[in-house]
Amino acid sequence: MEHSVVDIEARVTHNQTRHIPRLKVTELTVGYGTKAIVSDVTIEALPGEVTVLVGPNGCGKSTLLKAMARVLQPMTGQATLDDAPVHTTPTRKLACKLALLPQGPVAPEGLTVHELVSQGRFPHQTLTQQWSAEDSRAVDAALEAADVAQFAERRVDSLSGGQRQRCWIAMVLAQETDVILLDEPTTFLDLKVQVDVMTLLRKIAHEQGRTLVVVLHELNIAAMFADQIIMMRGGALIARGAPERVITRENLRLVFDLDAHVIADPITGRPVCLPVMSGSSS
Amino acid sequence: MLAGYVWLIFMTRITWLGMPVILTMMVFAFGWHIAVGAKTVPLADVFTALTSYDRTNFDHVVVVDLRLPRAVYAVLVGASLSVAGALMQGITRNPLAEPGILGLLTGASFVVVLAVGFFRVVDPVWIPLLAAIGATATAALVWGIAAAAPGGSTPLTLVLAGAAITAFLGAFIALANLLDQESFEAMRVWLTGTLAGRSTDVLLWSLPWMIGGLALAFGLARQVTALAMGDDTAVGLGVNVAKIKALAMLAVIALTAASVAIAGPMGFVGLVIPHVARLIVGADYRLIVPFSAALGAVYLLLVDIAARMVLAPVEISTGLVTALLGAPFFVWLVRARL
Repeated sequence: MEHSVVDIEARVTHNQTRHIPRLKVTELTVGYGTKAIVSDVTIEALPGEVTVLVGPNGCGKSTLLKAMARVLQPMTGQATLDDAPVHTTPTRKLACKLALLPQGPVAPEGLTVHELVSQGRFPHQTLTQQWSAEDSRAVDAALEAADVAQFAERRVDSLSGGQRQRCWIAMVLAQETDVILLDEPTTFLDLKVQVDVMTLLRKIAHEQGRTLVVVLHELNIAAMFADQIIMMRGGALIARGAPERVITRENLRLVFDLDAHVIADPITGRPVCLPVMSGSSS
Repeated sequence: MLAGYVWLIFMTRITWLGMPVILTMMVFAFGWHIAVGAKTVPLADVFTALTSYDRTNFDHVVVVDLRLPRAVYAVLVGASLSVAGALMQGITRNPLAEPGILGLLTGASFVVVLAVGFFRVVDPVWIPLLAAIGATATAALVWGIAAAAPGGSTPLTLVLAGAAITAFLGAFIALANLLDQESFEAMRVWLTGTLAGRSTDVLLWSLPWMIGGLALAFGLARQVTALAMGDDTAVGLGVNVAKIKALAMLAVIALTAASVAIAGPMGFVGLVIPHVARLIVGADYRLIVPFSAALGAVYLLLVDIAARMVLAPVEISTGLVTALLGAPFFVWLVRARL
């Protein structure tokens, strides 16, 4: 336990450099085959913040995230972590700094929660050094942080969708990277579970100074939890900034073809969008 | 690597109990396998024949010269095919993947039949190499067909492509057989999968392929566990996906080729055993690979005992028995896992 206190302190010190972006995407064009899905996008993500990518289906938000995670090779432009290009950094070395939770991951049958979370230690191990006290500590801390320690010995496939997603988040936490990329971690979850998952992610970013980049489908969830929102349409960046600057009536119409009122949450002041029923006057 | 395995063996309770039990079973199955035959040799005599060989004792000669090689083939082929199946299931995340079902066994046999039947290749040096060429070409073809199908290579399209290629190449083998019955007579039994009557030369030339394939499989096990969680997850964890998949396929092809060189196409062993191993040890390939090897060896020893006992004194091809047992398992697997 003492270790984790030291660890948190180390990260707090780190927070003093919060204004320096760690993950940058510069004039990036990426796609499948020769077809570009994302064109000329420049963004950056700050430590201690949750950066959320939103946009309609097929806008390229997941493709952009995959390029940042070096799952896809850029056609032009680059993604850098601490100014080192992610696509030329040795993959295992990068995995010690940057973690990825893909969309809708499926655990192999029979895998226990503890085994799943232990996989997060993969990049820190080698053939000769397969398990250390440091690995055990990281796995226990991750199980605790994602609140899945009580399921540790259960099979992943025996859990509910929300519990399962928390286990996967625990896996990327066990990787102990400063940057975590998550592709639609709340899709197909109940609203309450979506809020739980996002609360956990925001806590990780704010308390531990990590850089989180999350693709989200649900606009109001994005507005509630994001520190920075990046809005895309047709593979291009439309707007980026604080939620109240990005979630506007004009942007919703432009990006989503959605007619909606945007009001401020009476308690947090964050924007909430209320779609206008077609046919009713506004 | 060794340190890692030692740690696993010490830390995993299941290994404490499971591995010694399976190895003990293997020793007994090995002894029983040798004892069974046209003339039953008592287990005690099998033991003395192996420990203090007496060339004037007829039983000893039978045990060491005729039956021992066959038991060794069963152990090696059973272990190789099971590990090949486990790797294929891991890297493709396909519970139905197996050298037989995906056509690799038929492809390997096809090239060996062509070379031996038409080109009179008899030197055993070439047999595993020819089998490897056949397995590689078939793997490329099956994956190519599956990837070109609408929806890409799914468990189902891979199995269908494998079935199509198996039927296609099987027809060529049958045709060759009809055209030149004499040359192919000797291979007819081999083509059903058998552990009988192979010269030990073939074993010697196949052994390096098996050892290489098994060593590679043990070395890759950790990465295969990560790959079994999906390509993108594996990339995120720092696995070089393309490299590890290529190396794993290399191991699969080496193990398949060596098995075909020794025993012909022995179907379903690589399908059944990894699933049994998973039931015992879970989803970690550092355990699945060694358990598949040990269980596969025991399985094929027992199957070969059955093949010789069920209709004694007539002997059934071992490959027919693995198919009789494996096909219903395949049907169950399709119903349960797809």
